[in-house]
Amino acid sequence: MANTLQMLTANRLKSGDVLYRKGSGWVPLLADGEVYPDAAAADAALAAAQAELPRNEFVAPYLFEVRQANGVIVPVKEREVIRAAGPTVHPHTGKQAGQYHV
Amino acid sequence: MTKLLKSGAFAADAFNTIADDTALPEGAVIVSLARFEKERETLLARNTPIGVRLKSDENPTRLGADVNRLSLVALEFPKFRDGRAFSWARMLRTRLGFKGEIRAVGDFLFDQLSYQHRVGFDAWEVPDHFTVEMFNTALAEMTDVYQPAADGKKTIRQLRAR
Amino acid sequence: MSEIAPNMYRYDEFDARFVAERTEQFAGQVERRLTGELTEDQFKPLRLMNGLYLQLHAYMLRVAVPYGTLSSKQVRKLAHIARTYDKDFGHLTTRQNIQYNWIKLVDVPAILRELASVEMHAIQTSGNCIRNVTADQFAGAAADEIEDPRPLAEIVRQWSSLHPEFLFLPRKFKIAVSGSPNDRAALAYHDMAVEIVRNAQGRTGYKVLVGGGMGRTPYIAQVIGDFVEKDDILAFMEAVMRVYNEQGRRDNMYKARIKILTNALGIEEMRRQVNIEFAEIKQAGTLQLPKEELDRITAYFAPPAFETGLSDTMPDAGPAFANWVRTNVTAHKAKGYAIATITLKTPGQVPGDATSDQMDIIAGLMDEFSVGEVRVTHEQNLVLPHVRKKDLPAIFAKLRELDFASPNAGLITDIIACPGLDYCDLANARSIPIAQKIARTFEDLDRQHQIGELKIKISGCINACGHHHAGHIGILGVDKKGVEFYQLLLGGSGAEDASIGTIMGPGFTEHEITGAVERVVEVYLAQRKDGERFLDTYRRIGMEKFKAAAYETVAA
Repeated sequence: MANTLQMLTANRLKSGDVLYRKGSGWVPLLADGEVYPDAAAADAALAAAQAELPRNEFVAPYLFEVRQANGVIVPVKEREVIRAAGPTVHPHTGKQAGQYHV
Repeated sequence: MTKLLKSGAFAADAFNTIADDTALPEGAVIVSLARFEKERETLLARNTPIGVRLKSDENPTRLGADVNRLSLVALEFPKFRDGRAFSWARMLRTRLGFKGEIRAVGDFLFDQLSYQHRVGFDAWEVPDHFTVEMFNTALAEMTDVYQPAADGKKTIRQLRAR
Repeated sequence: MSEIAPNMYRYDEFDARFVAERTEQFAGQVERRLTGELTEDQFKPLRLMNGLYLQLHAYMLRVAVPYGTLSSKQVRKLAHIARTYDKDFGHLTTRQNIQYNWIKLVDVPAILRELASVEMHAIQTSGNCIRNVTADQFAGAAADEIEDPRPLAEIVRQWSSLHPEFLFLPRKFKIAVSGSPNDRAALAYHDMAVEIVRNAQGRTGYKVLVGGGMGRTPYIAQVIGDFVEKDDILAFMEAVMRVYNEQGRRDNMYKARIKILTNALGIEEMRRQVNIEFAEIKQAGTLQLPKEELDRITAYFAPPAFETGLSDTMPDAGPAFANWVRTNVTAHKAKGYAIATITLKTPGQVPGDATSDQMDIIAGLMDEFSVGEVRVTHEQNLVLPHVRKKDLPAIFAKLRELDFASPNAGLITDIIACPGLDYCDLANARSIPIAQKIARTFEDLDRQHQIGELKIKISGCINACGHHHAGHIGILGVDKKGVEFYQLLLGGSGAEDASIGTIMGPGFTEHEITGAVERVVEVYLAQRKDGERFLDTYRRIGMEKFKAAAYETVAA
């Protein structure tokens, strides 16, 4: 399990929108999020986000594993693929349909 | 720090909560159930008010007939999601006929005060920032109730029948 | 078209104020969360107690449909909410509720105020409390009914609403009520269930079951009260609740349901303890249910003024209509009337989804043909409870335009599926796409009718919202290293012959599962004897042949 790639996700408190961590902020799309090259970087990002929870801007931050091939980020788990795109049964809804706010 | 809210106002705490390994001081004390069971004779022989603090897994029937020799039962909420003390308070008031103070201690929320009040609590250890106005607000959020409880409040069914 | 007010419970000033105040109380909790006065850990149980989840993509709001009954005015409001605050659709659940998948926390107070304006709410649709009570969807209409269970269900709704003692239970608590010997409410799978029964003297009363449940450890409920007198029922239910609240496990959430307590104590000991509490509560008298109160509530549910002199003959309107009647129309207690089930299960559809427009059109059908009333079923369908037989062809024609006219109620394509990994934060695998694929595979109507009654129920995780344990064929989605797998269960039933399905063996992939189901069905068709349902054949011949066929073309 050398250098598992990970990303950090959460939900915006007010809207519930899915967010991905980038630097010290958040972006709506997985493709724009930051990929942490090792556990130390990922854990540091999670710790930073947890320290920001009292701001009440986002909730439920957690790390998940991704693979990267030719610059494309793909989550390891189906769950995260669906979370990033939207429901597979209603392709006209969710981020896959461009429904997100910056 | 916490302070004591009783009968809708802040009150000085007449009781000292005593740890199991600390010698009993003069005056009114609150002890654990374990200590009460172990030192029952001594405690009851003191001519001072006694309170027992029950953990959430300690059924008040364990106090037996002694319950009505107590001045206070403190019911502990180890975390606010643990709702056993709601039933213990109700049991103290209805089955055991306990007339003394039932005090809520531990982790509970503003949002639970009215339910605690309904099942028989009449004293609360609340955090320092808590105000009497907050207490009154908590109890006034819902005007009417559907269930009979230990507070004797008229139910909606009774109100309808007027 | 003018709205028709059906005979159902209507709020008086007290109910209205209760729901209005509860709405503002929750609005205050939302505000305190937004300002940070409440942490997420503190807010979570409070929001769940009002039906608000944080799911995979957004917040989800579950709106209570008490015992599955809705007026057309309420259906129009649900359509309006879907249109205004969500993505134009709602989803009917296996607890007869409706949920919205894309809700913003900041909109919830406004949505609850809209609901309150039509006597609706989201009170106790989640959380570790007594949940919204469910009932037989044919209540008050079915020919086989002893008594309408809805009056008791409404009384239970009121008694359980913000019950001060039972809002922080060890775990959730689901109650169902039925008034018919044919169980359409899955009584045996509830934490507590009440069946209206008639005793040897011909008097009606309540049989009370306790300790049923699905999830990780499925149990069939056991009888705790053979015949509870009507005026004692609330005292008896309160006694059950108290024993559970005091003794239900709180150290392990997977062992916290009353089914675990019931089986740990044994039903005899459970009954003994409940009877001690019951005697005390009954003696106190405050929870006795006077006949006048039951009569008063019952009056709200009076049968509509059925027309007399109607012909009881089914109209002839062609073979497609006849097929639909065969599966989707049920005997009504009044002459010349029928009960029509609208399956939201046209093969390829998301089971239980309805768009805002579809809801509005159904509201129109309710007003025109069913005295303004519809029921939500735990099988994620809708029911028009009181329709004239002579109107059935017109109803069928309108349902065809909606694509809701599939003649498949109770058939292999009438599949229950939880939201699964497409929406749910707890899910391990998707449910809906599996349901869609199986339904398409068996789309051919002759084949469906040839197979006959066969209930497929799909859950995307062990929590079993899709009732997989109770499926004649159950499917359970599991996660193996991030990939979806599906276990097959056979032989479950949620009806009066309740049984827990048996897991066949290792899981199938998403691509294998439909083929495995097909081969299982082929075994049934080859083995069945004189009119046996799938379930009967399975019960007669056991797992072996089905298992051999299911795995036959799957690489080890």
